[in-house]
Amino acid sequence: MGTVTIEIDGVSLEAETGSMIIEIADDAGMHIPRFCYHKKLSVAANCRMCLVDVSNSPKAVPACATPVADGMKVLTNSTKARIAQKSVMEFLLINHPLDCPICDQGGECELQDVALGFGNDVSRFTEGKRVVQDKNIGPLIETDMTRCIHCTRCVRFGTEVVGMREMGATGRGEHMEIGTYIEKSIESEVSGNIIDLCPVGALTAKPSRYKARAWEMQSTAGVSPHDCLGTNIEIHHRRGEVIRVVPRENEKINEVWISDRDRFSYQSVTDSERLTQPKIKKDGQWQTCDWETALTHVCDQLNNIKQSEGVENIGALISPSATLEEMYLTQKLMRGLGSHNIDHRLRQVDFSSQFEAPMFPGMEFDIDALEDMDATLLIDADLRREQPLLALRLRKSTRHGRVMSVHSGEVENNFKVSPNVSVPASDLLAQLQGIVAALIEQHKEVSAELTELFVDIKPTPDQQTIASELRINDNACLLVGQSALEHSKSSHIRWLAKTISDLSGCAFGELTAGANTAGGYIAGALPHRLSAAEESNICGWNTQQMLQKGLSAYLLMNTEPELDSSYRDAARVSLLKSKFVVMMTPFAKGEFLDYADVLLPIAGFTETSGTFINVCGEWQSFTAAVKAKGEARPAWKVLRVLGNLLELDGFDYVSSQEINAAVKERFESTTDARVGHFQRPDSLESGGEKPRPLSMYDMDSLTRRSLCLQMSVQGQDNWRRDQIEHLVASQSLPETESPDSLINLSASSAESETASLQESSDA
Amino acid sequence: MSSEDPKRLTTMISAKAIEEIEHWRSKYPADRKRPPIIAALKVVQAENENWLSEEHMKAVADYLDVPHIAVFEVATFYTMFHLKPVGKNVISVCTNLSCMMCGSDKIVEHLQSRLGIKLGETTSDGQFSLKEVECMAACGGAPMLEASEIYHENLTPEKVDSILNDLGWEA
Ligand code: SF4
Ligand code: FES
Ligand code: FES
Repeated sequence: MGTVTIEIDGVSLEAETGSMIIEIADDAGMHIPRFCYHKKLSVAANCRMCLVDVSNSPKAVPACATPVADGMKVLTNSTKARIAQKSVMEFLLINHPLDCPICDQGGECELQDVALGFGNDVSRFTEGKRVVQDKNIGPLIETDMTRCIHCTRCVRFGTEVVGMREMGATGRGEHMEIGTYIEKSIESEVSGNIIDLCPVGALTAKPSRYKARAWEMQSTAGVSPHDCLGTNIEIHHRRGEVIRVVPRENEKINEVWISDRDRFSYQSVTDSERLTQPKIKKDGQWQTCDWETALTHVCDQLNNIKQSEGVENIGALISPSATLEEMYLTQKLMRGLGSHNIDHRLRQVDFSSQFEAPMFPGMEFDIDALEDMDATLLIDADLRREQPLLALRLRKSTRHGRVMSVHSGEVENNFKVSPNVSVPASDLLAQLQGIVAALIEQHKEVSAELTELFVDIKPTPDQQTIASELRINDNACLLVGQSALEHSKSSHIRWLAKTISDLSGCAFGELTAGANTAGGYIAGALPHRLSAAEESNICGWNTQQMLQKGLSAYLLMNTEPELDSSYRDAARVSLLKSKFVVMMTPFAKGEFLDYADVLLPIAGFTETSGTFINVCGEWQSFTAAVKAKGEARPAWKVLRVLGNLLELDGFDYVSSQEINAAVKERFESTTDARVGHFQRPDSLESGGEKPRPLSMYDMDSLTRRSLCLQMSVQGQDNWRRDQIEHLVASQSLPETESPDSLINLSASSAESETASLQESSDA
Repeated sequence: MSSEDPKRLTTMISAKAIEEIEHWRSKYPADRKRPPIIAALKVVQAENENWLSEEHMKAVADYLDVPHIAVFEVATFYTMFHLKPVGKNVISVCTNLSCMMCGSDKIVEHLQSRLGIKLGETTSDGQFSLKEVECMAACGGAPMLEASEIYHENLTPEKVDSILNDLGWEA
C-alpha cells in the first residue's frame, strides 16, 4: 500500500492509502469527536459526531468513514465543521437524559465530554424525551437504556470480535432499542468489554455501580492472575478498597480487551470473607493468634516432623497462579529444610517426561502472531474456557486462515473450525498419530525409525487435511491446550505435537495452567529441578505422589488441592490424614478449615507485588494496588520470615524486586533455555483418560469466590453448584467487621522478624 | 451459545409452510443465513393466527441457524409482524412525516374513539386491532391506512367510518 499526503488543520501528514481521516488524526494526536468509531471495530458511521470539513466537499463528511486522498485538506474546526458538529450534538442530546449527577458514567462519559466541547448550554428541545425500559442482561452488566445513543459499538463487538451476536437493535426509528433477545442474559465470557466500549452510561459494571466516581479513584497497573497470557489490567481503587478492574491496553497481549474473570474476580478479595489474622487449630477449635505465635508454631511443628518422620514427609503445593517470588521462596524454604517435594503442576497427571521438559512450557511465537496464522491446529484446547482472549485473537485469523481442532469432550468455539474432530479422551492419541502418519506420507525426508514407528497407521481424510494445511502454509502453528496436560498420557501427546510441528514446520505452542506456570518452572517450584532448570540431584515427589501417597506435613501456598488439583478425592483424604497442614490463603472460608492446622493470612492478588511470566516468557512485574486486609501480608514476606525463623540461609530479601532479580540472574545465565528434548518413545501408546474439565469459573480460588461470576450464565454452568449456594449464603450475611478494622495495621509484635511483617505492604 | 433444536420449527408449523420457507431459502446462497428471515417470519405468522410468539421467533432462528437476536431485530423492525395476538382486522395507520403533516393525528383520534381502543390495542370482541406504523410509501395519498392488506388513502373521518362499516364494525 502506498502513502499519500494529507493536511489536517494545516498540518501536513503522511497517510496510508485506504485509511480513514480519523485514524490519521488519532495517530497525530489531533482530536476529532466521535461515538460510534472504535479502532477495534468496523466502521458504522451512524452517530455523525465526527463530521469534518473536507476541501472540495460541499457538505461536512464523517471522518471515520472518509478515506484519505492525496492532497486532501481537512479542517476539523472550521465554521462548517463546527456547525455540523454542534448540530449533531444537539440531536444526540434530544433524547439523552441530562442528569449526569445520578449516572454512574458521570465523569468518564464520552458524551459528557463531547457535550462540554460541542453542546449548547441550553436545550431548545421542549418536547417529551424518549424513555426506554432497562433490561436485565445478567449479573455483570447494568443497563440504563434511556441513555443509549445507538452507536452500536456493543452490537458490533458481539458480532465482530466475539462472534456471538447477543446484543442487537430492535424496533425502528424512534422506537429503536439496544438489547438482547427478550431479557436474555449475556452469555459471552468476555462480555464486560462492552462496558468500556459504551461511550455513555447505558452499560455499566453492575458490581461496582455507584461505588465511586471516576475522579476519586486511583489506578495501579496490574496483571491478571487467571490465565497464562498475562493480561494487562488497571486496578481502580479508592481509600484502600479495590473498586473495579479495567483493561490496560497492550497490543501484544490483550489489545484493549480483558475477559470477564479478569474484570470481575476482584470481588473475591473485596467481598468474600477474608482471613485477617493468623489462626491455629487447638483441640479442633480455631483460635486467632498473632503472627509470632503462628509462625513459631509452624517452625516448631515442621522441625518436629522433620525429626520424627523425616524431612521427606514434608511437602509444598503451590498455586500455578502464585507469583514468581512466592514460588521461588516456597521452593527455597522446602529445599532449605531438606525436602524436594515441591510442585505447582496441580492438574498434571502424567509426569513421565518431566526431565525432558523445556525450561518452561509455552508458546514459541508471540500471542499477536496468532491473528496472522493461515493454519492453526488446536490440540485439546478449549480456548474460550481456558484463555478467552486467545480465542478472540485466533478468531481474527479465521478471516483469512483456517483453524482446525482435535479435542476430547465438548468444545464450543466462537469461530469456524474445520475439520473439527471431537473424540473421547482415549482416542486423542490415535488422532494425533494419524496426523503424524499423514505427514510422514507427505514428507520426503523422515528418519527410518520414525517411519517404522508409524508404519501401521492409516490416516483419515481429516488427518490428511490437517497435515497438509500445516505443512503447506508458511504461517502455521499448533497449540496444545491447557487441558491436554491433564490427560493421563500427556507426555505422549506432547511428543506427538512436537513431532507434528517438526515434520510440518509449523510453530509450536503449549498453553499452560494458571497465570504463572512458566514462573513456576523458572523458579524451580518442581520436585526434580532447581530454579532456572538446574537439575537437582534428588528428585522429590510430584503433586500426584504427594496427594495420592500422602505426607505428614503440607505447606499449601494459596492453593486448595481438593479443588485445584486433578486429585480431588485423594487430596481430601491425604490432607485430613496428615499431621500438620499450613495453609497460606487470603480467605477465611473453605474446606481447608477441616484439614488445616495453621492459617496464615496472605495478601490477595491486588495487594501484593510480584511477577508473572506469561506463556511467551514475558516477565511482567506489578506492585500492590492496596494494602492487604487486616494483618494479612504479602506471601513473599511471610515466606521470608518463615525462612529466617527456620534459620535457613538466604532469606534476607527486603523487596520482591530483589527476589525477582535473584531469579532473573540465574535465568539469564542459563543458556539452552526453552529447548525441550522430547525423546522418541520405543512404541506408540494408546488410550488414556482425562478428569472432567473444570467449568470456566471453577478454575481458581478467586473465580470460585466471585459471586457475580458464579451467578453469570457461564457460572451457572458450573457443575459444582454447592459453591454457589455457599457464596450466596455467606455474602448476604451482614458484615462482621467494620471497614476500619480491616485496614488496621497497628498490631505490634516484639519479635523483630515478625515485626517486619507489620510494614505496610510493599510498593 | 445455547443452540437449540433446529428441528423444533417443523413440529410447530405445517409441512407446507416448511416447504414454503425452504422455497425462499433456496433463493439465497447457502452461507447467507439471514436473508430468508423475513419470508420465514411471514410464513410462520400466517400459520399462527397472524402473530409471532417468542417461541416461534426462537424456533425460526434455530431453524435458519442465526442468532435469536437477529430474528428479533427483523420482527420488531417491520410493523407487519405482530408480536402479540391481534384482532381479525389489523388497521395500520401511518403517522410518519407526510401523513402527520396531512392530519394523521385526527385520523388516529377518530379511529381510537370509534373503536374504543388505543393504538396497539385490540377490541374486546377480538375483531379489530389498531397499529401505528411508519411510512408505507404512499405519501402521495397521505394520510393513509392499511386494513387487511388494502391501502386506503386521502383519509377523512367520514372515509374512515365507511372503511369501518365495510369491515363490519357496528358500534
Ligand atoms: S448501549 Fe452503549 S455501546 Fe451499545 S449502542 Fe447504546 S450507547 Fe452504544
Ligand atoms: S464516529 Fe464517525 S459517524 Fe460516528
Ligand atoms: S408518511 Fe405516511 S405513507 Fe409516507
